[in-house]
Amino acid sequence: MTALAHDREALLEQGAPALLRQMIRVRRFEEKCVELYSATKIRGFLHLCIGEEAVAVGVISSLGPGDAVVSTYREHGHALARGVPMEAVMAEMFGKATGCSHGRGGSMHLFDADLRFYGGNAIVGGGMPPSVGMALADRMNDRTDVTACIFGEGAMAEGEFHESANLAALWHLPVLFVCENNRYAMGTALAREHAETDLTARAASYGMVAWAVDGMDVLAVQEATRRALALVRGGGGPCFLELRTYRFRAHSMYDPDRYRDKAEVERWRESDPIPRLTAALVAQAAVTDDEVSAWEAEIAREIDAAVEAAEAAPLEPVADLTRFVTSERTAP
Amino acid sequence: MTTTSARPPAAASSAAATTTYREALREAHREALRRDPRVFLMGEDVARYGGSFAVSLGLVEEFGEERIRDTPLSESAFTGAGIGAALRGMRPIVEIMTVNFSLLALDQILNNAATLLHMSGGQLAVPLVIRMTTGGGRQLAAQHSHSLEGWYAHIPGLRVLAPATLEDARGMLWPALQDPDPVLIFEHGSLYPLKGSLPDPPPEVDIAHAAVRRPGTDVTLVAYGGGLGKTLEAAELLAAEGIGAEVIDLRVLRPLDDETLLSSLAKTHRAVVVDEAWRSGSLAAEVSARLSEKGFYDLDAPVERVCGAEVPLPYAAHLEQAALPQPEGIAAAARRAVRGDG
Repeated sequence: MTALAHDREALLEQGAPALLRQMIRVRRFEEKCVELYSATKIRGFLHLCIGEEAVAVGVISSLGPGDAVVSTYREHGHALARGVPMEAVMAEMFGKATGCSHGRGGSMHLFDADLRFYGGNAIVGGGMPPSVGMALADRMNDRTDVTACIFGEGAMAEGEFHESANLAALWHLPVLFVCENNRYAMGTALAREHAETDLTARAASYGMVAWAVDGMDVLAVQEATRRALALVRGGGGPCFLELRTYRFRAHSMYDPDRYRDKAEVERWRESDPIPRLTAALVAQAAVTDDEVSAWEAEIAREIDAAVEAAEAAPLEPVADLTRFVTSERTAP
Repeated sequence: MTTTSARPPAAASSAAATTTYREALREAHREALRRDPRVFLMGEDVARYGGSFAVSLGLVEEFGEERIRDTPLSESAFTGAGIGAALRGMRPIVEIMTVNFSLLALDQILNNAATLLHMSGGQLAVPLVIRMTTGGGRQLAAQHSHSLEGWYAHIPGLRVLAPATLEDARGMLWPALQDPDPVLIFEHGSLYPLKGSLPDPPPEVDIAHAAVRRPGTDVTLVAYGGGLGKTLEAAELLAAEGIGAEVIDLRVLRPLDDETLLSSLAKTHRAVVVDEAWRSGSLAAEVSARLSEKGFYDLDAPVERVCGAEVPLPYAAHLEQAALPQPEGIAAAARRAVRGDG
């Protein structure tokens, strides 16, 4: 894969160094999760986005503070990019009271209402209908916020995608459909689950603007997201982005990864978004190796602090088990 | 079924007006739409068609297409859209044509509406109202007639209502919209033409308690929704034989009002639970279990259940009627409980 064709000025103007740092932060966090899972500090299902950081960072860094993010069970990177504090994410995976979901959600269900980060949905396609509803409420109230609905290509085989795409387009709602196409729905390859693998064409058939982007290039993702957001925010109805990416690790910690060729994984590793952008930035003298090393050290400290805080945090009291089943205000 | 006995005796009111269950529901919508600009209604054919059961007839003319919103046949998408709109500060009312169709939206109702608050550690409350038709008796066969409200009553996080009277049809919607959490309202299809009179202004009702619809001392008959009228008829049959039946209308299927049930049982010592749904794993089973668990020493006879036959509801009228609880069967169960000879 060739280096990104951007000159120094363009890279700086696009905020490329900050994007790189964010991607490294997500990558290192995920790597720490692997370690903690092996040490049985984190349990349940754990889905990592290693390889897909350009999607998380490129899309979410482009959103405004009033925009909403509805995500999937592979959402650590989305949450971190959105600004959910790393300590709260880590504590959630430890099942602690200081977790962003008070230990009720775990890895797959990270929420932060103040940041308009709505999970964390582990039903494939399940976040799409509520995304349409949030956009509907925004339109009914003449707000210009956009709801970014992130899902994998596997979700496009679900009825909820088709119902939601149709409804959003029919009602001309401000939804940005973000298809994070990592080519495998758990272990089932794209061509083994979709009769028509041109996902963009299928989305476009609902009457919305749709295009495909190199999801391993954070700058391309950012640029596409900004263009799409401008369209959606400007009243152009929903938009669909297919971000072509790849997960380097297995689907979850339970997955023996028997369904794909190791050589294929290695080929995709050549377009790893992090070394790719690092090389471009260093080549253009937009960052130095020393700066990158300094970021690595800062990130390592941040992660260590998050782990330490999660270890030390209290457990949610068992007496509070049934809290939050209904609101803590009595019905009339 | 009797049309007026399903109501408690109305207080004498010079302003009482003749209406129907359907019109009472419509008036409840009209009131909610006028009182709260965040309220809107969406569902299949609620606007131009006027609602599959004509509940929303005329509302689009009054409130416009933004607030009375026809949807595509996408139960999951429009129910989930209701969830999203509720999360974003609106107070949506979603109408689903029948409970059988609601299964297409079950993912949204269970995995999102009922779950988000807890799964997010208390951050995301979903103030959504979902209304749907339930029940048989109209020869609509097995994909329009079932009584699946008991399934929903199984789910923590939901409040489940079954208005059986004009007062509740008129009065339950507003408090449901004030509930910070999702509320499901089940309208039995046979009730829409129910006629009677409502005082003006209509009485306020709660959405937390069961109601005694007919006092009695010999046996407690527990019913809800479309079963209430039949149960009141059964109580008439029993009265003619000298058995005083107390009829309780559950009204709220979740959370159940144990106190009202148990205080009636403490008086009558016998209970019959009437439920149009299938017996196995039913709401009737839950009520019966609670009466046995918590009222065991008050019981002078086993709790009886009168439920729907365990078949998909058939089309032919005689078969369908045979599959549903009927006043005679309810009365027979009460006689067994009271005299052991039903």
